[in-house]
Amino acid sequence: MDVLKLKDKNIVVMGVANERSIAWGAAKKLLEVGANVIFTYRKDRSKAKLEKILEDYQDHKTAIIQCDVNSDESIQNAFKQIGEQFGVIHGIVHSVAFAHAEDLKNRFVETSREGYAFAQDTSAYSLIAVANAARPYMTEGGSIVTMSYLGAERVLEGYNVMGVAKAALEASVRYLAADLGKEGIRVNAISAGAIRTLAAKGVPSFNEALHRYEEVSPLKRNTNKEEVGDMTVVMLSELSRGVTGETIYVDSGYHIMG
Amino acid sequence: MSTVLERVTKVIVDRLGVDESEVKEEASFREDLGADSLDVVELVMELEDEFDMEISDEDAEKIVTVGDAIKYIESKLN
Repeated sequence: MDVLKLKDKNIVVMGVANERSIAWGAAKKLLEVGANVIFTYRKDRSKAKLEKILEDYQDHKTAIIQCDVNSDESIQNAFKQIGEQFGVIHGIVHSVAFAHAEDLKNRFVETSREGYAFAQDTSAYSLIAVANAARPYMTEGGSIVTMSYLGAERVLEGYNVMGVAKAALEASVRYLAADLGKEGIRVNAISAGAIRTLAAKGVPSFNEALHRYEEVSPLKRNTNKEEVGDMTVVMLSELSRGVTGETIYVDSGYHIMG
Repeated sequence: MSTVLERVTKVIVDRLGVDESEVKEEASFREDLGADSLDVVELVMELEDEFDMEISDEDAEKIVTVGDAIKYIESKLN
């Protein structure tokens, strides 16, 4: 029995930088369950990585399309292209975020106006812009999933301006869910544990965070991208049809601990 | 059992797509092997996995050449 109902559905996955990316954890599983996956990338570097990764998936229906989430024009063009090529969009995995290194390294109080705006624009506003651009093609309803982190609600060393951006992201999930519910579109966030990705390596004291998860979390281990990928697939699937506006923790239970 | 040099060379060849003959001890990742800053981070992560060790950010910054990487890994293994 196909409980997921994702076979031949068109899912857009944004934010694969390499095979360690959380977005790739989700995409891999989506391909395994028979979904068509449309990847978006910003830099040519990621495009090259995607082409290499997808060499092993040539019998699947995939596409690679450029989308710079800092540009409305680029987002519009990307979704227009996806719409023309695939018709209906059934789901989106939004796994993009960025902050300047100095805004993570310096004291939080020294965050620059430009750095604050840039982190918000890339990591939180982009979800709203993407939802709006995708909406005309989500004619059968659908599901949007974004990636967050505990730094949205607790102070985590070195996360700084990105924590504020993730707080805005989680609030945006709730407002989008309320707004898009009438069109049958669900919007949820997954708050993942610390995972060794290229992006995470840019967060100072990330290695310490990994150790803390092993020591403190109920499951006494770190989260991996496959676990987050599986939950992402659930949140995109029929199984989660009654859930929207929620932040789901896939973090070995870390966030419940005092 | 492969030597540290052989294992490091394999990671570099796989990751940076360079020819094995270019991977010399004095070769700089950025200057000679065409790595950008993200390539270097990826390379460090691959080496961490290959040798099952943690390379701190401070230590990673000091790894400039292939020889630096080999020396660092050997010192941590001993």
